[in-house]
Amino acid sequence: MILWRVILTNLLRHRTRTLISMAGIAFSVAAMLTVITVLQGAVGMFSGLLSSDSEMIVFERNVSDLFFSNVSNRVFEDVSHWPEVAHADAVLFGIVSSPDHPIITCFGVSASDARLRKAIWRKGSLSQFSESGNGVVLGERAADFLKADTGSVIPVGHGAFSVIGIIHTANGFEDGGVFMPLHTAQQFFHKDGSSVITIKLRHAEDRHSFQKRISTLFPDLVGLEDAEFNRSYSQFRILKATAWAVGCCGLLLGGFGVANTMIMSVFTRIREIAILRVNGFSHLQISAIILAEAALISLAGAISGLAIGTLLLVVLGNIPALHGYIDATLQPEIMLMILLLALLTGATGSLYPALYAVRIRAVEALRFE
Amino acid sequence: MKQPSISTDTVSVLRATNVWKSYDDGAIPVLCGVDLEVRTGESVALCGPSGCGKSTLLHLFGGLDLPDNGEIFLDGAALTAKTNLLPILRHRVGFVFQMHNLIPDLTLRENCLIPAVAAGTERKKALRRLDELAAVTGISHRLDHRIQKLSGGERQRTAICRALMNRPGILLADEPTGSLDEKNAEDIFRLLIDLTSSERVTMLMATHDRALAERCNRTIEMRNGRINAAF
Repeated sequence: MILWRVILTNLLRHRTRTLISMAGIAFSVAAMLTVITVLQGAVGMFSGLLSSDSEMIVFERNVSDLFFSNVSNRVFEDVSHWPEVAHADAVLFGIVSSPDHPIITCFGVSASDARLRKAIWRKGSLSQFSESGNGVVLGERAADFLKADTGSVIPVGHGAFSVIGIIHTANGFEDGGVFMPLHTAQQFFHKDGSSVITIKLRHAEDRHSFQKRISTLFPDLVGLEDAEFNRSYSQFRILKATAWAVGCCGLLLGGFGVANTMIMSVFTRIREIAILRVNGFSHLQISAIILAEAALISLAGAISGLAIGTLLLVVLGNIPALHGYIDATLQPEIMLMILLLALLTGATGSLYPALYAVRIRAVEALRFE
Repeated sequence: MKQPSISTDTVSVLRATNVWKSYDDGAIPVLCGVDLEVRTGESVALCGPSGCGKSTLLHLFGGLDLPDNGEIFLDGAALTAKTNLLPILRHRVGFVFQMHNLIPDLTLRENCLIPAVAAGTERKKALRRLDELAAVTGISHRLDHRIQKLSGGERQRTAICRALMNRPGILLADEPTGSLDEKNAEDIFRLLIDLTSSERVTMLMATHDRALAERCNRTIEMRNGRINAAF
């Protein structure tokens, strides 16, 4: 109880200093939570886009980005007839632009594609898509920012396409994208195949044999389970690593703030620490006081930061221009990880101050009044 | 009135043997070959002008510092750099300083309980002990007050309470009345003498006040880092 009083008293004695230090941790944590959640959300949306009604994905081996992958039509025709394959979709990804929008994701798909089958059709129908030669279907968000409706002709890249339908999907990339028939997309992007083939197997236990068959028959291709793809896809790994690195840098700065506060705190109460030593406090007890102070600052800062970050994500999620692109779903394990990292940062920041405190020589500190 | 002298049969609790101590790498000599022995139950006053080495000798006896040369014995054991001071500071020695050295933002109760917290004493037991000491020192009505609101005399009473919290056998008092007026100095001194007697504590006290010093069992006169005379 008295130990807690000593700890709290010291934090309250220099309120401004304590608050500044807490703010450092809070903003670092908020930034970390926002960046990581947004990126994880983006990764989740992209992987969700690939795993729509499928459990495996086949693409070109050693490509840095799926946009550069090319799986030939011949392979698709072959694989889709394998007995273990229940359903296969060839999907071509492309990036196009329109006058006011430099980046629009384009999907070249067949009418049987799960993304179209599962979407809510606001306007038009799946049958129109299958019959259309050059018509495109827009995600609801894309229709909104392109100010297009069914019947409109929209300029996309170097071409112009008539809109035959508008769909709504929960996935931000799909909702902000342009769906065109696969053969149209192949002509448009000058490709003779697709970016990936998404596969639904008849029996889940066939996964390994399917993978093996792909690598044996098509050495330039790789077949991965969705979860395996999410783990190994270099773009996802780079994004995740970047998010954590940026967040950790922020937290490191917050940690320096805590270290600075704790050093100042120890410097200004050398005499008090000497009094505790003379009255029998051990090095461990003195260190515990300093560490507990830093931990309290970090904990309060981290909790505030998580609250600020959550608020920021809610705000971002409600900005109409970003609707569908930001999956602001909070992930408890990420929040816990950030909280632990913040505590660890605070504790690390207090190591030197604690070491300084236990090295204070009571006799010298008490000699001068 | 001078306290009766203690029998020479009693055990030596503090002993300094040819102790030398200086500061600033020898530039400021403070103790120059001090020999001193304090026996169980004695109240000994160290007298002398400022800078003669009284406080330094107290610090050496409390294990807060080490001599450059010579030896310091506490309960017959030499204090060295390897001595574990925690049991000594927690249970054997209590300190009272001129400037009381209390923690300003804590209450009297909390300040007094610091040694008990350090030693891990059970809370109920510690509170019972505090009540007992507070009644004797006359600060019971002030226990929930903060230090800033107390007079010098009350602060020193609190410091004495804190020093005796863990029932130490030795009390090292460094000018305990130095910052008090004559009336308060007399009261605090009497309290110290009464408590050392009732608690069976050996007291070594540094003081400028010769009149108070002469009321201890023994008075040691120090000058220029040496023991000048003992009475």
